[in-house]
Parts: sequence; C-alpha cells; structure tokens
Amino acid sequence: MTETVKKPKRGRKPEGASSSRQDVAVPALGPIGMLRWAWTQLTSMRTALLLLLLLAVAAVPGSLFPQRPANPAVVTQYLKDHADYGPWLDKLQLFDVYSSYWFSAIYLLLFISLIGCIIPRARAHWKALRTAPPRTPRRISRLPQYGTLVIPAAQGATASSALADAAAVLKGRRYRVDTRDTDGERPHLGAEVGYVREIGNLVFHTSLVGVLVSVAIGGLFGYSGQRTLVEGETFVNTLVGYDQFSPGTDFQSAWLSPYSVQLDKFDVRYDRESVKQFGQPIDFNASVTTKDSPDAPAQKQTLKVNDPLEIGGTGLYLVGNGYAPVITVRDGKGNVALQGPVPAIPTDAVYTSTMVIKVPDAQPDQLGFVGFFLPAAQLNDAGIAYSADPDPLKPQLNLNSYYGDLGLNSGSPQNVYNLDVKNLKQLNGRDLPAKGIVLDAGQTYKLPDGKGSITFDGLKRFIAIDIRHNPGQVPALIFALVAVGGLVISLYTGRRRAWVRTGTAEDGRVMVEYGLLARGEDHGLARETARIRKALQERWGLDGPAGGSTAGTPADNG
Amino acid sequence: MPGLNFELGSYSELFMLLAAGTYTVAFIAFAWDLAKSSATLRAIDERAARQQGKATVTVAAKQLVGAGAPAAPSSGTGSASGTTAVTADSSMRYSGERRAPARVAVALTILAALIHGAGVISRGFAAGRVPWGNMYEFLTTGAWLVAVVFLLVLLRRDLRFVGTFVMALVIIMLVAASVAFWTPVGHLVPALQSYWLVIHVSIAVLSSALFTLTFSMSVLQLLQSRREGQLALGRDDKLMFMRLVPDALSLENFSYRINTIAFVGWTFTLMFGAIWAEKAWGRFWGWDTKEVWTFVIWVVYAGYLHARATRGWTGTRAAWLSIVGYLCVVFNFTIVNQYFNGLHSYSGL
Ligand code: HEM
Repeated sequence: MTETVKKPKRGRKPEGASSSRQDVAVPALGPIGMLRWAWTQLTSMRTALLLLLLLAVAAVPGSLFPQRPANPAVVTQYLKDHADYGPWLDKLQLFDVYSSYWFSAIYLLLFISLIGCIIPRARAHWKALRTAPPRTPRRISRLPQYGTLVIPAAQGATASSALADAAAVLKGRRYRVDTRDTDGERPHLGAEVGYVREIGNLVFHTSLVGVLVSVAIGGLFGYSGQRTLVEGETFVNTLVGYDQFSPGTDFQSAWLSPYSVQLDKFDVRYDRESVKQFGQPIDFNASVTTKDSPDAPAQKQTLKVNDPLEIGGTGLYLVGNGYAPVITVRDGKGNVALQGPVPAIPTDAVYTSTMVIKVPDAQPDQLGFVGFFLPAAQLNDAGIAYSADPDPLKPQLNLNSYYGDLGLNSGSPQNVYNLDVKNLKQLNGRDLPAKGIVLDAGQTYKLPDGKGSITFDGLKRFIAIDIRHNPGQVPALIFALVAVGGLVISLYTGRRRAWVRTGTAEDGRVMVEYGLLARGEDHGLARETARIRKALQERWGLDGPAGGSTAGTPADNG
Repeated sequence: MPGLNFELGSYSELFMLLAAGTYTVAFIAFAWDLAKSSATLRAIDERAARQQGKATVTVAAKQLVGAGAPAAPSSGTGSASGTTAVTADSSMRYSGERRAPARVAVALTILAALIHGAGVISRGFAAGRVPWGNMYEFLTTGAWLVAVVFLLVLLRRDLRFVGTFVMALVIIMLVAASVAFWTPVGHLVPALQSYWLVIHVSIAVLSSALFTLTFSMSVLQLLQSRREGQLALGRDDKLMFMRLVPDALSLENFSYRINTIAFVGWTFTLMFGAIWAEKAWGRFWGWDTKEVWTFVIWVVYAGYLHARATRGWTGTRAAWLSIVGYLCVVFNFTIVNQYFNGLHSYSGL
C-alpha cells in the first residue's frame, strides 16, 4: 500500500514545482498566481475523480426524462401533461441533458483536466525514459521486497563479478540496468522495468480525447434521415427523397450520392410455436433492388434488422414496418381523387394501426379520414373491433370521415399522420346517424350526402428506414480499441524498480542483497522477486528455499 | 431457425429449481461455517497458546500491525482476551485448518453449479440458441456464472468466507428469475438475432458476475474496517465471525484485482454494445436509457480505479464506490430493463 499513498506524486511534477513557488507567492497570489493555482487544482487527481463522479451523476437525469433528440413527440406530450413544472424542467435543459450547458461544462472540464494531466505526465515520462534508473537507496532492506544471497568463497566470485551477473539476470528480464561503483568496495546497481505501464496509461487517456473528437466530427459532418417505403416504391438519395432529414452542423447537400433503393417485397414471419410469445415477430426480411447511381446496374439485396445495407457512403437500417392499405377515394364528382397505399402506424404487437387519409384533391370538398386498420379484425363482447393477430387474416378498416378544408394550403407544416379537424365537418362516426365506416378488403363504402366513396383495394407492407452517414464512427472505434489496449497494458504490467548491492566478506564469500519496489498497483511484485532470486541462484549454483529470506508482507497478498 | 423443444425446456426449469435448492443447503453450510467460527478460532488460539512464540503468533502479530490494532505480539496468549483482530490468512491462501462445514458447503456448491449448468445448457438447446435472450435467461445464466467464477477463484484462493454472501445472491437471482421473470422457451425477436448478442451479453453477464463478487468483498471490507477500528479502540469484538475474514486491506487489494478485470470486461461491454447499436439502429451512441446506465456504471468504476490512486480516497471510500457501482449494475438490470422505455425493451415480459 505504501506505493499507493505515494503515487499521486506521479506525473504531477509540475504541481510539486509550482507548490514551492506558491509558498513564496502566498502573500499576494496575483492574477497569474491565481490562474496557476486554478490550473493546478483542475489537473489534480482529486478533481479528476470528482469530475468523473459528477459526470456519472449528471448523466442520470437523461434516463429519467424524455429526451428531445430521441423522442421529440414524447417531450411535447410531457410538457402538455405537466404544464406546471414542465417548463421549469425545460429551462434546466432536462429534456436536452446531453447537449445542456451543465453536462457539457462537466465533460469539457474533465477533458481539459485530462489534457492538463496527460501533457506534463507524457513529458515527465519522456524524460524518465532517457534517464538512468534512480539512485540506490542507502538501506535496501527497507524496501517492500528484500532478500540476500551468499556466494560461497569456493566459487571465486568477486563483488563486481557478482554485480555483473545480477545485471545480466535483470537485463534478461528486460530491466534497464545502471551499474554503479563497479570497482568500489560495495558495487551496486539500479534497474527499472515496465515503462510501458505509464505509456499504456497515457495512450488510454489520450485515446479518450480521440474518441471525444471523433464523436464531435460525426456531429459536424454527418447526417441522418428517415423514409418510409411501401412495397414497390423507390427511395432516391436526394433531399426530396427523405421524409425527414437532420444534417450535421456543416452538411452540404452535394455530399448525397444519388443511389436508389426499391423495396420489392417485405416478408415477416411470426412465432407460431411458443405459447407466451405466440405471434411475436421472428423475422423481418426486406428484398430490395439497389442502384449505385441512376445508370448503374441494378442489384438484388436483402435488408434485415441487424444487417444494414452499405451504399453510397451511407448505411441503410431497417428500423420499423407496418401495413399500408391500398385505398381509392372518389370525390363528389365521381373522379378518382386518391389512389394508392397509405401507411398506417402500428401501435401494438398485433399491428392495430392508426390511419389518417387526406384527400386534398377531392372536389367540391376536400375529404379526410381517421381511424384504425386491423390486420385480423374481430369483435369483442362490447361490439368493438380489435385485431387478434399480426398476420393479415381479416384486414379491416374502421374509419370516421370528414369534409371541408384540410388546411393544407395555409403553408404551415403539417404532420401527415395527424388530421386537424378544426375546419372540417364530420360525416361518419360512432355517434352520427351514418355510423363509422367498416371496410373489409375489396369493399367500397359510399359516403353520405354524395360526398364520394372509399374503396379498400388491397394490402401492402411498408418499412421505415434510417439513412445515416457518420464520418466519426470509424475513428471512434479505432480510438476505443487503442484505449482498451492501453488500459490493459497499464492495468496488468508492473512498473518495478530493483536494486542490488554486493560486497566481499573477509572470508571470501560474496554477499548479495537485493530489493524491489513497485510503482503503482502491483500484486505480482513478490512473485517477480522470487523469480529474480531463483535466476540468481541458478546462475551461482546455489540452492535454497525459493522465496527464503524475502522480507516484507506475506507473499503475494495482492 | 431451429424449432423449440418444450420438453427439454421444462427439464431445464426443473434443473434450475433443483440447483436453487442445493444452493440453499450450501448457503446453510456456509452460514454454519461462519457460526462455528468462534469454536474453530478458539481451537486455533489454544494451540497458539500451547506453542507460544511459534509461527501462528508471528502471523497474528503482523496482522495486528496491519489492522492498526495495538501490537502486543509478546503476550502470545490472546485467546481469552479476544483482541486478535484477524485470524484468517490475509493472503487468502488455504491454511492447514480443517473446516468441515466449509468443505461440505463447497462440495454442495459444486454440485449445485453442475445441476445449474445442466439447466442453463439444456435451456440453450431447448431454444436452439444462446441462453441469454431475456430477463429470465440473463438471470439464470448470470447466477450460474457467479457460482462458477466463485468456484474458480476458490481453486486458488480461500474465499470461502464470502460463501454465504455469494450463495445468497445466487439464490436471490434464481428465485427472482423463476418468480418475477419467468419466460418459457422462445425464439428471439429480430432485434436480438445477431452474433453481437453472443459477444456483448456474455461479456456483460460475466463482468456483472465479477462485480457481484467484488461487491460482496467490499461490503465485508467495510464491516471489517469498522471492526478493526473498534478493536483498535479497545472495544469488544461484536462480530466474532468476521475473524474468518481477512483484514480490510487484503480484501480491498483482492477486490481491486477482480474489479480491474471486471472493468475491462465492462469496457468491452460498452464498446460492443455501441458497435451492435450501430448495426441495429444506425448510430453507435444515442443516450438510450440502457446506454446511459451502462455509461454511468463505467464511469463509476473508472472513478473507483482513480480513487485507488488518489490520496484520501483509498480504503473505505473506494469500497463505497465499488458498492455504488454494483448498485448501478443491479438498477440497470432490474428497474431500467423493466420500467424505463427505450430501444432496449426486450425484457421478454
Ligand atoms: C475522461 C476522464 C477519465 C477517465 C474515463 C479515466 C479513466 C481511468 C482509468 C479507467 C484508469 C485506470 C487504468 C489505468 O491505470 O490506465 C485511470 C488511471 C489514471 N488516471 Fe484517469 N481517467 C480520466 C481522467 C483523468 C484525469 C483528468 C487525470 C488527471 C488528473 C487522470 C489521471 C489518471 C492517473 C494518474 C491514473 C493512474 C492510476 C494508477 O496508476 O492506477 N485521469 N483513469
């Protein structure tokens, strides 16, 4: 443990240096002194520890409150539900924790502290790498690991030949050795091994900075977007091809490469074997045809969950799916005002889906429909339709209808999955004489008052894909791997110092004493000492108990 | 995708129950061992008195110093006064002392782990995949790893003193799995069908098993260090059974070693999780609740490693950090998996 207590000195040479200066400057610290003092504090090990713990605490609220980047709609809903204190939470940036001022302040301080830590330590280590191991302590016997050996006079060894032997043994064990006083009465040596431990530590901490920078690069130069794609539709990678697009801070639309992806077919398999998970999906499989550019040859590929498509420098990820009933709506004049698949948003495991159909082209009045799509419709005891299974066993639409002004011309952006009924009159509904619209596949329903008709022609599936490009991803991975490498090296190599002193007794025997000291956590020091002792014994043809006279704590108590 | 074998699945559940029962008997044997400790220790003390000045006394003396207790090695007959702070060997190596109940307990643990292993493996075959795809399986497999890791460590170190603790945790995990999280054999949802499940989750469960061990040792460390403090003040020994437990410093050092391994494991968990997230959702980090807590755990244990190198933060404070880290692991597994909405909603419930 002694080493642990001493350790904070390590790599903080500047602090030691400045503290002596501080003593002088105490009466009037002055602005420079203040800065110096603040810097010393910031880069101290204790501050690093506190900032780390603070970072852990600060990350927690992000899991307690909905976060805007991930779930903007949930945040809006939360603010509506908690009108009293919601806005206060919002002021405290609790819905944007990871981009908040306070969270950023903590990690930036931590990383400044980290850099302020790395640089002086790297410099100190660079020096240590080029200077001889430290001088031999006067009393080796005080070291945590200590032992003696005696070479009988019959061997004809001398103090200096024994020291040379010890140096050879230590060099063989990859120590850097510095022999001193070789011709003196009591020659001695200092040796050190495991410089790589500190290097590992520095590499680890530096790589953390690398990871942070890579993530920042991703935020600057990356982009992401979403698109729902019904069977038969094609996505072309241009800005208009996206349903939603979030560019990075420095994005330029010229970066989009004009590839295309057509969804040919989407297959889903459900679990029909188990009881509790009956009807749970076990396979999603999207067959697509891709083209790298408009003139490139078409390629058949499959897109699955956990198995993205790589194309044009982006990744395409299958993140959702649902049904898209094919609808035909005729208006009051008998013209086809809408024809095609309309994606319905699934709300549960059996794909009970909400549907919104807007028919802006209907004449003389615009038409709108809201309701449910049920893949396997059944009636419950109360006469309410529900879906019994995710497979399309009996697809059915349950809709209310409206006519009037859909409000699409006002220019303000509208959610396609939301019908604003403010300026609409209801035609169909549970409480109206005309009742709601119930349509099975192939059926047509005539709207009241000659407003037109709606036909449920058939069923297609749609998929939701995320399209992403993140140039920070690969560097982040590389830095992370390097970090782990450094971590492992720094945790599992021991940095050790060894000293040996020899002397010749009057009767011609050569006395050897040796001692070892670890820098940093090192549970293998006792084992190392035993190995060195054994190597020395072999060299001098001695025998005896392996760890014989090793003083100090019981061997290897970790 | 291979079919499900429900019959094998029910055998697996039977094995789990049998294993839980056997662990319970092992738990009793470990507890009996601790309870008997005063008798055992009295025997040691008496023998020490007889061969006054021999090795036992030296060892005790050294530990007295280590524990900060008043060093009085020359008295040598500490049997009556009971001021000997620690009797267990601080190297955690096996000593010659025969502890019959402890041997029975270890034998029972081995038996239980074998049955438990059969349960885990048959579960895997019944489902035709790795047996860690939902909460029930994380818990049963995780508990098995805790037991196996414990037994593996026992091969080299005498950690039988944490036996009651470890057995209790294993039993709690198995009972929780069977009562609260029971899920029949089933297929994996597409989100989990990836070889990353094999890599990422196995490392996560293994690291958690190691954290379970260090948690137990850190709790004992806190108890022991309190006791050492009390003894140093000359108070009575209220926790006699703690004499079977090594001194606080040895506990701290050994749990540090295990924690470093677990921390590297958790680092991999975090990284592989990020790689998998990229494959599945297109972004390697999105502060999803599960990601947040994995990160929090990582940072807490990084704090623990720092604390061990910071003056004034070793010992008790480091032990508390290790305990807080483990509480986060438990929280991440139970509360976050079940009550927090996120992309990782695959608890199987
Ligand atoms: C981003 C924040 C940081 C993280 C995640 C982190 C993590 C770690 C980890 C996991 C270790 C143990 C592994 C090893 O020895 O290499 C460690 C050790 C160390 N860290 Fe950090 N660190 C951070 C910031 C800092 C800062 C700001 C300092 C300087 C004040 C610092 C100084 C040290 C030192 C001196 C050690 C060696 C301790 C020993 O020898 O056991 N770290 N750090």
